[in-house]
Order: sequence, then C-alpha cells, then structure tokens
Amino acid sequence: MSEYAVELRNVVKTFVTPEGSTINAVDHVDMQIRHGEFFSMLGSSGCGKTTSLRMIAGFEWPTRGEVFIDGEPQGHRPPFQRKVNTVFQSYALFQHMTVFENVAFGLQMDKVPAEEIKRRVGEALAMVKLTGLEKRYPRQLSGGQQQRVALARALVKRPKVLLLDEPLGALDLKLRKEMQLELKTLQREVGITFVFVTHDQEEALSMSDRIAVMSHGKVMQIGTPVEIYERPRNKFVADFIGETNLLDGTVRAVQDKWLMVFVPALQAEVRALNNGEFRAGQQVSLSIRPEKIRLVEKPSECVNCFPAQVRQVAYIGADTRVIAQVIQSTLRVWEQNMVSTLDPDAYFQQNEQAWAVLPPENLLALPVD
Amino acid sequence: MNPHRRSPFVLVMTVLVFLFLYVPIFVLVLYSFNASRTNVTFEGFITAFGPLKTQGSLVVQSPCGPFHWFCDLTRNQEVMTAARNTLTIAFVSTIVSTIIGTMAAIALQRHDFKIKPFAQLSLYIPIVIPEIVMGIGILTLFSQVFTWVNTTFNLPPDARLTLGMGTVIVSHIAFSVPFVTLVVQARLQGFDKAYEEAAMDLGANELVTFWRVTLPMLLPGVLSGALLAFTLSLDDFVITFFTTGPGSTTLPIYVYGLLRRIITPQVNALSTVWILIVLIAVFVIQRMENRESI
Ligand SMILES: Nc1ncnc2c1ncn2[C@@H]1O[C@H](COP(=O)(O)OP(=O)(O)O)[C@@H](O)[C@H]1O
Ligand SMILES: [Mg+2]
Repeated sequence: MSEYAVELRNVVKTFVTPEGSTINAVDHVDMQIRHGEFFSMLGSSGCGKTTSLRMIAGFEWPTRGEVFIDGEPQGHRPPFQRKVNTVFQSYALFQHMTVFENVAFGLQMDKVPAEEIKRRVGEALAMVKLTGLEKRYPRQLSGGQQQRVALARALVKRPKVLLLDEPLGALDLKLRKEMQLELKTLQREVGITFVFVTHDQEEALSMSDRIAVMSHGKVMQIGTPVEIYERPRNKFVADFIGETNLLDGTVRAVQDKWLMVFVPALQAEVRALNNGEFRAGQQVSLSIRPEKIRLVEKPSECVNCFPAQVRQVAYIGADTRVIAQVIQSTLRVWEQNMVSTLDPDAYFQQNEQAWAVLPPENLLALPVD
Repeated sequence: MNPHRRSPFVLVMTVLVFLFLYVPIFVLVLYSFNASRTNVTFEGFITAFGPLKTQGSLVVQSPCGPFHWFCDLTRNQEVMTAARNTLTIAFVSTIVSTIIGTMAAIALQRHDFKIKPFAQLSLYIPIVIPEIVMGIGILTLFSQVFTWVNTTFNLPPDARLTLGMGTVIVSHIAFSVPFVTLVVQARLQGFDKAYEEAAMDLGANELVTFWRVTLPMLLPGVLSGALLAFTLSLDDFVITFFTTGPGSTTLPIYVYGLLRRIITPQVNALSTVWILIVLIAVFVIQRMENRESI
C-alpha cells in the first residue's frame, strides 16, 4: 500500500470557454490525501473543486501534472478502470431501474455472482437504512432517500476512495445536519477514504480530518480544521474561514516568538505572534478573530489595549456582536454572554466608552500578499 | 368572473373539430359493411349468413354475413400482395431509420463540428420541401445511377438494377430519418450526462453504458420516433408512387388504382383494417412509453 490514497501532483486543468478564451480551472494543485482520511475541498463556487474531483474520478484529464490513486499514476485511464467511486451532486440515479438494480449495477459490472450481489446490496441498503425500499423507483423516493441510494450504490463497490461532490447540497437544512452526522459515522465505520467537496465551511469544519481551502483554482492552505481556523497562513484563508479583523502594519522588531508591529490605524506598536517568517522592516497584516478580542470597562493588565467606543451592538443570544471604533480602525468584537441576566448594564450599549484588549497570542501576523 | 368558466364558443369549436375529424372515418368504417356493391349510398347491413346471394346491386346473404367485404378482401390476391409489400417496407424502413436517426441525434448532441449547424438544418429540409419534389429528386437519382451502373457494367437483363421494393425502402428511410432524429433530439434535451458518467464510474465501459443506461432512458423518444416512421411509411403515397416498380405495389398505390376503376365496399373494408392496425400500433407504443417514461 502506498503512502497516499490519492495524490495530485502539480495538476493543471485548462478549459477553453465558449467565448474562446482559456481558463485554468485548476491551477498547479498539489494534494496528498491519506488512507482512511475524511478530506474536504472547500471554496466558493467556481474555484475548481468539481474539476479537481472529476480528474480523480477520470471524467476529465489533467492538462498538466498527474493524478495518483494508491500510488499509481492514472494518466488517461477511463473512469471504469479506476478504484474510486463517485456520489454525484444530482445523485444521477438510473431512473429506469429500481433501488435494488441501481445498487446492484456496479457489482454486475464486476461480474460478481448473483447470490453475492443480493447479499451485498442488502448490506449496503441496511447501512444507509433503506431496507425494504428495494423495489421502489428513484422517482418514488424523497430527496434524502435518493441521496442514500446514491451513497449505497457507490459504497457497495467497496472503493479505495469515495468522491462526494456537494452530496448534501440539495437537502434542506435539518436533513443536511442529520446527514452530516450520519456520513461522518459511516465513514468511520467503513474506513474508506472520503474526498468531500463543499462550499459550506461549517460542514467542512465539522466533518473533516483535513481541509483544502481553494480559490481560483489554487490551494490556499491544507490543514486540520483547527489549523485552518487558528493558524491561517494567508489573508484569504483568515478571511474566508469564519470572520476576522485585519490590521496592516510594519514589523519594528523581532523578539523570539513575538513581533513588535507598528500599526498606523492604532497609532501604536502592538505585540503579535511570530510564526517565524518575518524580519524587521517587513509589511504584515495582523489578523484577530472577533471572539478573541476582549472588550472591558477597565483593563487590568495592559498589553495591546486601546480605548474604544461602542458603535453598534447586536444581541444574538449566544453572544453580543459589537462594532467598536478603536483609534482609527473599526473592529468587530464578539462578547460571549456568560451570565444569564436581564440587567441592561451587563451588556454593552451604543456609544459606551470601553477598552479593547487584543491579546498578543491571538494576534496573528500574515503576509500582505 | 371565473376565468376557468367554459365558454360556449370553445365547446362548439371542440365538438365541430371532433366531428370534422371523426365523421369521415366513421362513415368510411360504416360503408365497409354496406350491402350495396356500388357503395354510392348506404343500403343497410348484410345480415344473413349463408351462400352468397345477390339481388341486383345488393348483397343479401354471404358466408361471412356483415363481414362480406372483409372476406372478399382476403380472396383478393392483389390486395394481399400489396398489404405484404406495405408492411415489409414499413418494418424494414422503420427499423433502419430508427437506428440511423437515433445515432444522428446522439452524435449531434455529443459532438461539436464545423458543419453542425448545416447538419441540423439539413434535417428540416426533407420535412418542409414538397413531397412531390423529393419524389422526383429520388426518382431522378435512382434512374441516373441505375442507368450508369447498368450500361457501364453491361449487366444482363435479369441482373439490371430497377425500381422495386429496394428503392421504395431506401426512399422511405430517407424521409423518415429526420423525423426520428428530431423526436429523439427532443428527448435528449433534458438528458443529463451525469447518468452516463455514473454508469462509467460504476465500471461500465462506453458500450455497456449505452445499452444499459443511455438507450433505456431515451427509449420513449426512440419509440415515438419509430412509431412516427412506421405510420409515415405505411401511408406514404407520393414518394412511393415515384420509386415503386413492378411487384412492389403498396396499399396506397393499389387503392389509388382501384378508385380510378370501380369503388366497392372492399376499399372501405381495406381502409378499416388499415385503421385498426395503426390504432393497435399507437396503443402498443403508448403502453410501452408509459411504462418506460419517467
Ligand atoms: N467543461 C468546462 N468548460 C469550460 N469551463 C469550465 C468547464 N468546467 C468548469 N469550467 C470552469 O472552471 C471553473 C471551475 O469550475 P468548477 O470546478 O465546476 O468549480 P466549483 O466546483 O468549485 O464550483 C469555473 O470557472 C467554470 O466555469
Ligand atoms: Mg462544483
């Protein structure tokens, strides 16, 4: 067994648009997906997720670079000779076949004996909780049930890798949440590598072992959900995953794990976390998440604290979201509502004066691009 | 005012249209049971069974009773030959034109090529040009080619290429293909290529994908196209008239010949049987379509 279940090495896919221009839908992408991993590709619409997935499945061939499945270069191998299976966004269930026939199709193609087909289809349908619906046609099923048939049809082949292109996109919110949990449980049970495409960051964060954040055909960062959120490597990822405040500045000094950065918008030097890449004199962007800024009436310790004026307040239950004017910058601050009370003084009010504390360990220095 | 209220005008129009469509057919069927041999007026049914007896121009008793003219028909060798020719031509041309037409529709859907707009347009031409022009065109083509082949290779008289079943079948295929292609194309419009990709993803090669997924999903369109081709061939007169030769007379040509001589209820009986065959064909195909359609 090779090291990776799927590997994309320097893959480029160029399309010619109907207008005659060319576009790199996938632009020099490297990805290494480990065995048994739940790997997500996350990015907004048009960033090249589907195209990447289709190159693994064999529906498209890379313009440059190579796709490896279990260490084998795939070249121009057609889909029916690859050890991966796909769950399509539209499900693509065969409308003229029953649920049983749909799920059995892949096994028939492998010339599996009829007895075994019957047994394995039964197992697959039990796994997705569809036992008893064998004789139904796809049009007689709900969206969620069709989704499960699509899943069973791909899993029954016991592929090395299962590719899923926004499989939950067509379901309503409640069903989607349920299926997210089920899918994750299923993946752990069968131990198959999942390559999951989504534009929903919450979905990606909650389900994945690792995530590749993509933009304009490029991979912006690959990492665990915690790494992606807590240690974004560039402004794009910091801004795309969750919310963040960005402050531009110049590095004045480097003190082992700390950077001293002059921020014109704060008219002060602040202490920020150094991830080891920066030297004095360099331009940087400082990123701090709204929930990691503290807004207090009187500061106790005073590293990176600035007078602030509350501009807008939105109470949203779990936390109160504040927009605060801090010197010349506007920062978003989320204060968790830790105490249950009706006392208005417990919450910030508009135009109130306060202090904003930007803890240095929460202030991340990023390249300015 | 209720916008869905039925206007009397619409009702009257509907009734008129139905009368206009179906009264001639009803009269035609009725006259195939006519006791009169001249078939000018309806003289009542032949009610009595027994050896044939006539009184003047009336048939008063027949071995087949009311179905006298149908029995008469089966004894008419010319009719039987013409019927066999018609059905042979219809079956062969339907099968061939359905295959060609379906392949053309799929090719036009899948591939982009320089002359594609022209290829698409060329489908409409045989449909819109007058049939007589197409008939003359096909006849000219056949006679030119046949004359050239016959003289160039100096073929003996019994091996010479002549007009006959072959030429009729080829011409029927020619005018049926565009109809089949257009009908199948309509079905292909909503066809998502993800179905074929799913089949290949599950291990089916291109050929298996076509047989197990593409064709079954297109089947309603293919069957409609085939039915259209079949009925077009069955009742074609003009083009057949130009391309037929000795021994390949079809029913429309035969009936036309009869009309110029005498009109007996035999013609009506023949038409009635004909209508019945077409109705059964339509019914069967509709049943199949309903079963297959999604
Ligand atoms: N067959 C194609 N021909 C031309 N352009 C394409 C084709 N497929 C995808 N693209 C373009 O490539 C880009 C990436 O598409 P896609 O991979 O589908 O993105 P995503 O799945 O992330 O939304 C888009 O700009 C899209 O318009
Ligand atoms: Mg997509």
